[in-house]
Amino acid sequence: MTETESPAASTSFGPLTIIQASSGWVPLRLSELWQYREILYFLVWRDIKVRYKQTVIGATWAIVQPLMAMAVFSVFLGRLAQVPSDGVPYPLFAFCGLVPWTFFANGLQQSSQSLVASTQLITKVYFPRLLIPTARVLAGVPDLALAFLLLLGMLWHYGAVAKPVRALWLLPLALLAFSTALGVGLWFSALNVKYRDIQHAVPFIIQIWLFSTPIAYPASLLPDHWRALYALNPMVGVVEGFRWALLGTGHSPWGSLTGVSTLAALGILVTGAFFFRRIERTFADII
Amino acid sequence: MSKIAVRVQDLGKQYRLGVRGAWNQPMLREVLSGVVARPFRYLSRSAWFSPPGPQSTIAAPAAASHVWALRGVSFDVRAGEVLGIIGPNGAGKSTLLKILTRITEPTEGRAEIHGRVASLLEVGTGFHPELSGRENVYLSGAFLGMRKAEIDRKLDTIIEFSGIAKFIETPVKYYSSGMYVRLAFAVAAHLEPDILIVDEVLAVGDADFQRRCLAKMEDVRQHGRTILFVSHNLSAITRLCQRAILVAGGSIRNDGPAGDVVSSYMMSNLSATAERNWPDQSTAPGNDVARLRGVRVLADDGRTAESLDIRRPVTIEMVYDVLKPGYAFAPRCEIFSHSGLCLFTAADMRMGWRDRPYLIGQFRSSATIPGNILAEGAVLVGVGLFSPDPDQNHFNVREAVAFQVVDSLDGDSARGDWTGPMYGVVRPALVWNTTPLNSRSTNP
Repeated sequence: MTETESPAASTSFGPLTIIQASSGWVPLRLSELWQYREILYFLVWRDIKVRYKQTVIGATWAIVQPLMAMAVFSVFLGRLAQVPSDGVPYPLFAFCGLVPWTFFANGLQQSSQSLVASTQLITKVYFPRLLIPTARVLAGVPDLALAFLLLLGMLWHYGAVAKPVRALWLLPLALLAFSTALGVGLWFSALNVKYRDIQHAVPFIIQIWLFSTPIAYPASLLPDHWRALYALNPMVGVVEGFRWALLGTGHSPWGSLTGVSTLAALGILVTGAFFFRRIERTFADII
Repeated sequence: MSKIAVRVQDLGKQYRLGVRGAWNQPMLREVLSGVVARPFRYLSRSAWFSPPGPQSTIAAPAAASHVWALRGVSFDVRAGEVLGIIGPNGAGKSTLLKILTRITEPTEGRAEIHGRVASLLEVGTGFHPELSGRENVYLSGAFLGMRKAEIDRKLDTIIEFSGIAKFIETPVKYYSSGMYVRLAFAVAAHLEPDILIVDEVLAVGDADFQRRCLAKMEDVRQHGRTILFVSHNLSAITRLCQRAILVAGGSIRNDGPAGDVVSSYMMSNLSATAERNWPDQSTAPGNDVARLRGVRVLADDGRTAESLDIRRPVTIEMVYDVLKPGYAFAPRCEIFSHSGLCLFTAADMRMGWRDRPYLIGQFRSSATIPGNILAEGAVLVGVGLFSPDPDQNHFNVREAVAFQVVDSLDGDSARGDWTGPMYGVVRPALVWNTTPLNSRSTNP
């Protein structure tokens, strides 16, 4: 265990750091994360700066991904398969789900690989490793904002009017998507340090997750008694909440569906963080 | 001065063998089935996520598959002290630094660090190839422990110091390795920690870089900061550090004044000794003309000696068999410093040597190096046998023998009573002469 005490408590000068072996579960030490907040800032800054370097269309990539998915869903599911969309134009319906989904999926994928991709840092310099996957998910926020602007444009195009009060709920809903991506990302990134199987599994886990989330179809298709189980997938609450806030369909954030989703997300996040901290001490040795 | 900056007590680090390889790793499938079978017991006692240590409950041959990279290491470093850490590769030096910089956890023991630490375990920590030089100054500075405000303040100085201001907006992936190192070092040179931990950074870069790096460390030292310095550059250790510890086989083998620790390490480290013989002629170095049979280092009393007084002459003696008649030979010795620098070459090429062919038989050639020529430290001797027309070496053995030159500080060597560092690879005792040209006593 490593701890830093205040200068007053040390027998000498400067902060006192004690280095010794730890075992079992260790505290999260959120205060240390705060101490290293500038590292988080620089990690996010770096990821954002680097992401679209040496690309032709640059940040446009942020919206190409959900737009293409929307087009494919609209043609094959909306038009050909006649999947219902709660009375909303299907492209708008799909895109409204794809905006938070893309943020989540990219955040999950990026954070899962983040530790292994940062081998150089992990073996050469100390800072709380929790910051690495956290930064990767945070770095997706500008992309989310860009896609969200496009979503607003589509709302205007289709003449849908969102209620501003409801739109305020988007922030906590985005936070829920963030927590889910980070929570799963913490589990996966830590496991990936030892088991590179994870990085092969993540793409299709995301694919399966996509179909377990009401992106291309409405949650109302599911029988009522399955809803609670369904909502264990936190992205169900997020997507339904987004639709409720912007389109007036879906489920309201104070309903039991979002409640279950929130609890599930918190569960994943908290266990993920403790699990991560528990094995953090071995990262530099086995990465 | 009496304050402790770093206190290390009984530190140990155990690694599991094969942990990086694939063979000893449980497959994820097995691990997952284990999790399903006994979820809670599993998570609380799993071997593969515990730190590699004695509490690990890894299967079967536990003892055999573990290795202590470091064990029972204890030392104190006082504030303002510069501690050199030397030892062969794989001795545990880097593990020790990784523990002290909190990159990895010890398996046992404890360390206390008083003050802000900055560590330089590589050149260009945190550099990202796609980002510009300026952006990387921020990135690297932050990872090395600087606050953003501090980097803002020092940015111009850092860029100027790097000497590559012209390219500061260019992505570093387009930098030459020299530019890259200069920028990285400029960042590192502006750290102001209480304790600086440096690992073999000096191994990279050209002579100019190494010189600047050492100058910077000297500067840091003069500001009274504490430095822990791992290096294979032993002369840098003796120059910069007051004290050194020798780490070998995972523990501290020697701890004392840097000069003493370094020279005893160098001597123990030489593969060569003061005498070497080849009893079997057929495997001795050489060809069908001549073969080397033995080399010795002799003190002036005629005995083989490993350690020689700096003031006394040293004789290098070689014995060789001549197998074919009619060749003229120039026996030769080459004298190297411990760092591999050739101090000089000497061969017996006195007037008329080409016209003195040898007969078949065994010969002994010796050369005497006068006292007060060689500097202190380890000296390596290579011997060879050359003949002209056509020019050829019949044998040429580098590092055939070695010896240590010591100064007992009696006051009559070139160093007199001076105990500090003296530069240079030779240490001749020159004849000094000072004559007053225009002087007067201050006392009337």
